[in-house]
Amino acid sequence: MSGVEAIAAASALDLLALSPPGWGATLLAGLGNSVIIALGAYGLGFAIGLCGAFGKLYGGPITRDLLAVYTTIVRAVPELVLILILFYAFTGLLNQALLSWGMDRVQISPIITGIVVLGVVQGAYQTEVLRGGILAVPAGQIEAARAMGMPSVTLARRITIPLMTANALPGMANLWLNATKDTALLAVIGFSELTKATYQASATTKAFFVFYPAAMALYLLISLTSTFLIGRLEKWARRGQRDVRG
Amino acid sequence: MKDFFKPHRIVLILLAVALVAWCALSLNWTWLANPKYQLLIVQGIWRTIWIVVVTMVIGMILAVPIGLAQAAGPWYLSAPARVFCTVIRGTPLLMQIWLLYYGLGSLFPSIPWIKQSDLWPYLRQAWPYAVVALSLSVAGYEGEVMRGAFKGVPHGQLEAAKAMGMPPFTLLRRIWLPQALQRVLPTLGGETVSQLKSTPLVSTITIMEIYAVTGRIRQDTFIIYEPLLLLALVYMGLTGLIVLLFRWLEGRTPTRTA
Repeated sequence: MSGVEAIAAASALDLLALSPPGWGATLLAGLGNSVIIALGAYGLGFAIGLCGAFGKLYGGPITRDLLAVYTTIVRAVPELVLILILFYAFTGLLNQALLSWGMDRVQISPIITGIVVLGVVQGAYQTEVLRGGILAVPAGQIEAARAMGMPSVTLARRITIPLMTANALPGMANLWLNATKDTALLAVIGFSELTKATYQASATTKAFFVFYPAAMALYLLISLTSTFLIGRLEKWARRGQRDVRG
Repeated sequence: MKDFFKPHRIVLILLAVALVAWCALSLNWTWLANPKYQLLIVQGIWRTIWIVVVTMVIGMILAVPIGLAQAAGPWYLSAPARVFCTVIRGTPLLMQIWLLYYGLGSLFPSIPWIKQSDLWPYLRQAWPYAVVALSLSVAGYEGEVMRGAFKGVPHGQLEAAKAMGMPPFTLLRRIWLPQALQRVLPTLGGETVSQLKSTPLVSTITIMEIYAVTGRIRQDTFIIYEPLLLLALVYMGLTGLIVLLFRWLEGRTPTRTA
């Protein structure tokens, strides 16, 4: 290693140091925000998606049409535009409602806004994936449960959801990876998640090729860990199924 | 047609029409009459379409060798291709765009021979970085899809071609690639829609496509919702166009279902 390279490597480590003037703590705080928003949005999206999928399959005609409008619009418009629209609409409507009830305006924390906005987007995609998963459950299983007189909530909990898990997992895994990457879009409206933190760190220090690769490594760490864990989960969900390869 | 117009649906459509009418009448659309903004909007839509078409074409051209390297290449080709796909698919596109634009954009001026080359006037603008970043993104995602498509071509086809004494390159050109592309075609429409939905990201590096145009209108006029509604409408229209185009294309390709 030549002298110049040694200095460059040392300064890269200094820049990534946890305590100031290093930016390591800023990046890790950004990573924490990203993970929290991704988890929250995915959870909210799952709640919406599960209701949406059952609504689309078993709901009345009006429910079905409204859900079709929701999933079509959300999937046709860029996430960034939806985030902007929902960001203004969500805070605006909430404050309007609070004012009309005679309460003061509130400043909603950016993390909550991010979770709600990304959750609504995730919900549309998860509705479609979960609907596909439910459709792939053998009809005989559901009919048998109905014939036994099982109430519909018990049927969903005991039969449909356990059987659809294996079918829906690959699609849901993709959506989880999308959720982690979509948190980066919140950088555009100024949330200090990982991408924004990286932008600030590199804009201040001009060390673009230190911070961007470091942040990319963090994102890759999330996605590779998730892929590994989801692989285990899928194996567990497919227990007791016959291997199609024979 | 009769199936579509059920009673509840007519009510829903009337409600939707009422909502649109309310939006058109009670919201502030005066800025649309301004010829300056009209020109900007048309230019912005044109730029968005241009970016989607160019990056999809470049990305697909790059995806073929990347997919082939992963499906059939020796380890020294397949390993880098796999790493490339993992990095592109595992990190946010926004970050890739910023790395190229801010990172390379700050690196290039310090290298003398780049500054003196004929390419320099282009490298000082933002669009080469946007095109490269979006094309690489398509190459990463589609490279993975092409890997599956190359592997999905029935082995007998390739063995038959080899048995006929076909040289490897002719085999790729006549047998392997056409059948792989045919497998990819149904997914390509969806990928193009995703690409359309990633284009607003390049507005963050000063490209004036339709998203940036409405951003500017919002800044100039202090009108928040109306330009955003127009923007959503434009993207829905473009998505519809892409879906129809690919449906037409798919209808034209001959397929035999057993």
